[in-house]
Amino acid sequence: MGRITLDKVTKSFGDVEVIPPLDLTIEDGEFTVFVGPSGCGKSTLLRLIAGLEDITSGQIRIDGNDATSVPPARRGLAMVFQSYALYPHMSVRKNIAFPLRMAKLDQAEIDRRVEGAASVLNLADYIDRKPGQLSGGQRQRVAIGRAIVREPAAFLFDEPLSNLDAALRVGMRLEISELHKRLETTMIYVTHDQVEAMTMADKIVVLRAGHIEQVGSPLELYRTPRNLFVAGFIGSPRMNLISGPEAEKHGCHTLGIRPEHIEVSAEGGPWSGVVGVSEHLGSDTFFHIHDTGLDETITVRADGEVGFSHGDRVSLTPREDVMHRFGADGLRMA
Amino acid sequence: MATKASRSAARLMMAPAVILLLGWMLVPLTMTLWFSFRRYLPLRGGDQGWTGFDNYVRFVTSSAFWPAVQATLVIVGGVLIITVCLGVLLAILLDQPMWGQGIVRVLVIAPFFVMPTVSALVWKNMFMDPVNGLFAHVWRFFGAEPLSWLSEASMPSIILIVSWQWLPFATLILLTAIQSLDSEQLEAAEMDGAPKLKQFWFIILPHLSRAITIVILIQTIFLLSIFAEIFVTTGGAFGTRTLTYLIFQRVLESQNVGLGSAGGVYAIILANIVALFLMRIVGKNLDN
Repeated sequence: MGRITLDKVTKSFGDVEVIPPLDLTIEDGEFTVFVGPSGCGKSTLLRLIAGLEDITSGQIRIDGNDATSVPPARRGLAMVFQSYALYPHMSVRKNIAFPLRMAKLDQAEIDRRVEGAASVLNLADYIDRKPGQLSGGQRQRVAIGRAIVREPAAFLFDEPLSNLDAALRVGMRLEISELHKRLETTMIYVTHDQVEAMTMADKIVVLRAGHIEQVGSPLELYRTPRNLFVAGFIGSPRMNLISGPEAEKHGCHTLGIRPEHIEVSAEGGPWSGVVGVSEHLGSDTFFHIHDTGLDETITVRADGEVGFSHGDRVSLTPREDVMHRFGADGLRMA
Repeated sequence: MATKASRSAARLMMAPAVILLLGWMLVPLTMTLWFSFRRYLPLRGGDQGWTGFDNYVRFVTSSAFWPAVQATLVIVGGVLIITVCLGVLLAILLDQPMWGQGIVRVLVIAPFFVMPTVSALVWKNMFMDPVNGLFAHVWRFFGAEPLSWLSEASMPSIILIVSWQWLPFATLILLTAIQSLDSEQLEAAEMDGAPKLKQFWFIILPHLSRAITIVILIQTIFLLSIFAEIFVTTGGAFGTRTLTYLIFQRVLESQNVGLGSAGGVYAIILANIVALFLMRIVGKNLDN
């Protein structure tokens, strides 16, 4: 079980309020991702849940029990840190066994659980090595191993993949997702990388300056961003946000249209412009279109084989059915 | 760069330093070795020729030798235990955020800047004097008979004085080591259910092990040769005669240069054995 409820939780460091009153419920077994730009308070929020920081006011409940003043060790949560925080003088085996030793389990049980974790995470080959002799990905696995042997109510991940190279990151992303499917334990995952958020989450919590901007499934956020911030943050490349006369024509203050929802052709569309930089990814090409008469540079995603080049005049057709309309207050209009 | 000309130029430029160092080290060493094999009594007939290993045998068989070795080891061991234990505690304390941290740190380090002779004099006259010393006043305040520290508790007194001098050094090295500990490791241990004491035992202490070895190594080398503290306080009486002090007495008080030099050679050998031993421990510790 691992249902975590935050009730009007606030956190201040001195006079600075980093988390204004915040309510959030994380259901049992859910993979929740906290995402937001640097300094938005997502790590602080995770540390509040972990108990590594005391909350200033409000209440944290785990499985319905008030955990606000329960010390971290007794909240039944396990955390994977950004730096992995492995104990450098202990072998992998001892690292993983450490929480069990602290819980004073008997040796046979410790061995059984460590072996279990090692086989789940393929650690067996280097179980007697020290962390210093392992690669980044292997250390990451050990850190996860140390978390799963405790059989916690929920896992907390604090930007666990940010120290890995790109290829390894994709691999570990899959592994963590698979682990979640297999363990069916609540996981809370903090990241600034929206690709991680979109691919792994059951529920995404978008944060800005300690405020929750929107909570929802990845597709909900993609399809119906509640405000301009979420619209600009979720989706890659960024949504085109157009204001001015063109937006007024559609009856709103700001018009949002995703790059993948604009068709680029030689002629025939309502908008036109000149191709600036084109980024070829093979499968897709991103065109940056200038001189459209819309103030902004428009980004368009086209098939990889579409062959416009720098300086070509092209015509753009936005899909009317997936346009996002935002009012002057930045909120989505119904 | 490494042409023939530049190499010989480099040798030429290094020569003064090398020659100076060689002279500095080799001349006294050779002279010590030379005198240790000679019967040399400056006030009683001067240099009287070769005596073979006579000085070496006499130095070791003298009734003062083994007590001196023991005194040396007790002082070194006692000071090491006190400075390392208190040093770890002080380092942890100074690592906590507190008001006036900068000033407190400077104050803690201050004793290291006091010359050994001066600090021994201060301790002897201001603290340990049985009539006017601060300790005597405290004892009398509680109605107790003041202790004449340097004669009744001579060894603990000297260990106290030397520990006071060396504690800042240990604290400084251990403080920098503690500051390099990743705070996420302590948080991980806290999440893993380790209370403060176990965090100290399983995380902080292993992290400090390398720094502790270095403190022990450096301090041992310096503590084997402490002299001023004993000279100023007890003058080698009351069982505080260390090997260094014994050598000093043989040369200057007994005016027997040959015997003292033989003792010096023993001290060199002892220091090298200790150094070798400690180097191996450090090397082993630095490996992982």
